[in-house]
Amino acid sequence: MSPVEPDAGAAGPAEKPRHRPSRAPRTPMPERGAAERAQDFDEVALGYTEEMARAEAARCLQCRNATCIEGCPVNIDIKSFIGHIIDGEYEKGVAVLKERNALPAMCGRVCPQEEQCEIACVLAKKGEPVAIGRLERWLGDFDLACELEKRCVPEIAEPTGFRCAIVGSGPAGLACAGELVRLGHKVTIFESLHAPGGVLTYGIPEFRLPKAIVEAEIFMLTEMGVEIVTDAVIGATYTLDELMTEEGYDAVFIGSGAGLPVFLGVPGENLNGVYSANEFLTRVNLMGAYEFPKSDTPVARGRKVAVIGGGNVAMDSARTALRLGAEEVFLVYRRTEDEMPARREEVHHAREEGVEFKMLCSPSEILGRDGFVTGLVATRMALGEPDDSGRRAPVCVMDSEFEIDCDIVIVAVGTRANPLLAQAAPDLERSSRGYVLTDDEGATNIPGVFAGGDIVTGAATVILAMGAGKTSAHAMDRWLAGRSRAV
Amino acid sequence: MFEIVHKRQLSEAVFEMGVRAPRVARKARAGQFFIMRTTDRGERVPFTFSDWSAEGGWIRFIFMRVGKTTHELSHFEVGDSVADVVGPLGIPTHVEDVGRIAVIGGGVGAAVAYPVARAMADAGNEVTVVLGARNEDLLILREEFEALPLKELLVVTDDGSAGEKGLVTAPLKRLAEAGEIDHAMAIGPAIMMKFCAATAKEHDVPCVVSLNPIMVDGTGMCGACRVSVGGETKFGCVDGPDFDGWEVDFEELMSRQRVYVDDERAADADYSRGCSCHQ
Ligand SMILES: Cc1cc2nc3c(=O)[nH]c(=O)nc-3n(C[C@H](O)[C@H](O)[C@H](O)COP(=O)(O)OP(=O)(O)OC[C@H]3O[C@@H](n4cnc5c(N)ncnc54)[C@H](O)[C@@H]3O)c2cc1C
Ligand SMILES: Cc1cc2nc3c(=O)[nH]c(=O)nc-3n(C[C@H](O)[C@H](O)[C@H](O)COP(=O)(O)OP(=O)(O)OC[C@H]3O[C@@H](n4cnc5c(N)ncnc54)[C@H](O)[C@@H]3O)c2cc1C
Ligand code: SF4
Ligand code: SF4
Ligand code: FES
Repeated sequence: MSPVEPDAGAAGPAEKPRHRPSRAPRTPMPERGAAERAQDFDEVALGYTEEMARAEAARCLQCRNATCIEGCPVNIDIKSFIGHIIDGEYEKGVAVLKERNALPAMCGRVCPQEEQCEIACVLAKKGEPVAIGRLERWLGDFDLACELEKRCVPEIAEPTGFRCAIVGSGPAGLACAGELVRLGHKVTIFESLHAPGGVLTYGIPEFRLPKAIVEAEIFMLTEMGVEIVTDAVIGATYTLDELMTEEGYDAVFIGSGAGLPVFLGVPGENLNGVYSANEFLTRVNLMGAYEFPKSDTPVARGRKVAVIGGGNVAMDSARTALRLGAEEVFLVYRRTEDEMPARREEVHHAREEGVEFKMLCSPSEILGRDGFVTGLVATRMALGEPDDSGRRAPVCVMDSEFEIDCDIVIVAVGTRANPLLAQAAPDLERSSRGYVLTDDEGATNIPGVFAGGDIVTGAATVILAMGAGKTSAHAMDRWLAGRSRAV
Repeated sequence: MFEIVHKRQLSEAVFEMGVRAPRVARKARAGQFFIMRTTDRGERVPFTFSDWSAEGGWIRFIFMRVGKTTHELSHFEVGDSVADVVGPLGIPTHVEDVGRIAVIGGGVGAAVAYPVARAMADAGNEVTVVLGARNEDLLILREEFEALPLKELLVVTDDGSAGEKGLVTAPLKRLAEAGEIDHAMAIGPAIMMKFCAATAKEHDVPCVVSLNPIMVDGTGMCGACRVSVGGETKFGCVDGPDFDGWEVDFEELMSRQRVYVDDERAADADYSRGCSCHQ
């Protein structure tokens, strides 16, 4: 299956010339200029051209021991798909990707590659790793650009007659659904919002992950036979129990995410103009508020916007606020840039576009007049001893309070498990913080009910959620097989 | 898509509508609401069930034309469809036999008060309904209330064009003073609920209110609907919409309801220009 033998001196297979890795530096990603892109919601990174993809793929050593594969949470056969790009056999490359990842155009864009597959690439030890994520994106886009009939649809097993229900259409639910249909089960996804995709749709902004890509990848799943029912809140429209009894599903996967926004708990937080990142991003992404009044949902457009937090969600909020026309956007974070959990690339993009970083300060009060935000009181912080997470904990500097002038405050300090589903399924075992407890394969304490993604791990990443969805799909498949024998 | 199966104009700006939504109808309970999007570009707007039929597969609600979405919705006819209906959302009103209860419905709040009063009466309570409106024209559901097994129906209008002249707090105060009620439930504009809760509290009568903060998802995901109750932040959509009226910070609620007034006015003006009902 692997296209070419490793470079380690051995002679290549007779029919193909031996791959000679290029020594060229890593191919940069073409991007729109910061000044231009900060004005609109179009994608920032333009993607490789075919030549760029070929040039970047040529850097891969096609290692005998391809360590990169271990770095990918879903163990994509990276060496093999890059080998196919080297050989110009793109369809085969797509097939390799889809073997492990139903949504490559998305993961290629939003995966934190630099700490997963790419950090594990042998080239990373000496210099720059192969741009695995960008190549994955290129192949994913290549597939989506094909006529529908020509797209790569994974093989689907004989129908088993079992029906599976999936709660939530985020990456965990989508990956689980994709895998279950491949295994021959009938699958229905129940989504509480009016559009599928979870955070991919309502959270991650258009300029980083175009919604057309999300829609196209979800469409492929429906082509494979996945049914998606929107406007269905499990716990309200149906209970978990009803899915298994009245609705006749044989197994259920819960991928409901960690959608409950956390607030700061400081005075003034309920003033008009204070948003959770979830609300702000949902208004803009899902509801299209940036097109108001063409779309019906408004969002407050501030002149000066303060975003609290240092993760991807904070970066996305800050960059979104800029695009809505804010004159100044501040990122207020209690530690330093080194401790920021956001991807380096996003931090870099945000800075380029003009987001101002106010590090080592923590908001202690939000100020307002006539019900609307007018500013923020922040306290300066210093880094103390390392805490449980190994990062140096911020400590307040006495009497260091100062004011930041702003008319919008966006709170992006994390999310927790949404209690809605759990309220309706009191038997489902959860941790003290509300996350669903499962074994390594996603099985919960209720037979036939599995869970994965952010609702199990807390806020994590797209690919980890997808990996969990897939693992659960196989566990569900085994569980169902056991049942058919028992009947 | 969800088909409109019933429409009735109750007054100049108030409409009753029925929508086919069997999954939602099966679960609806008094005090709960649903979220609707009229079209693909539509906003997610919450409405409380005024009635429903699990067998018939429909839900009903009563809405007042106040802005762009409700304006647009008022032009939908039986046979048309709206893009989305999701629910039932929120915690149902707590219904049990608590004895003697006053249910106060003001404006379109009467639509929400109706199923609550019915459920309270069914549970064995002695129910007095106070029905209020600015004038006779805006008074809705009077006949429906009259058909319920109530102890009494008291009608109040601001201008005296129907029933007693004044505010709903006047009969509430009398009932409380006379010791004729053990509980109150007020549903209507925030300002009305504020004064009802205050009046009830003066007489040590517990008063539940049904809050209507601005919402987006209605499932606890965004926090747009946060309200302060007893000094704590609650999410109206999942922790409510019913709350202990004594504890609610109504000033904050009213302020938060006004956050988009300018945008909303612009959107409705924009819509009205192309709309037949505005010359
Ligand atoms: C703004 C933002 C930016 C991010 N950027 C990145 C990034 O660049 N890279 C990365 O790897 N990760 C990123 N993440 C994290 C990543 O998106 C999440 O870890 C991932 O989406 C989790 O997937 P999930 O399927 O578990 O849950 P979600 O994506 O949250 O999906 C859950 C779905 O379930 C639905 N649901 C919830 N309850 C119910 C119910 N009761 N009934 C029916 N449906 C229900 C929800 O509406 C939602 O659609 C980002 C997150 C955010 C918020
Ligand atoms: C739980 C709940 C139950 C409700 N039940 C009813 C009902 O049974 N009948 C009825 O007529 N109205 C009800 N409302 C209010 C109704 O949702 C608003 O009148 C409607 O959203 C107005 O939309 P619009 O575009 O026509 O007006 P807009 O011009 O957008 O707004 C007018 C006013 O309505 C409120 N509003 C606007 N958008 C929202 C929103 N997304 N969520 C909540 N409030 C909003 C604001 O106070 C705003 O100032 C309810 C609200 C809530 C939260
Ligand atoms: S899915 Fe993510 S981690 Fe895996 S190979 Fe692709 S970019 Fe790397
Ligand atoms: S480790 Fe790097 S160089 Fe080796 S096969 Fe993987 S991507 Fe290519
Ligand atoms: S409406 Fe979004 S949390 Fe209540």
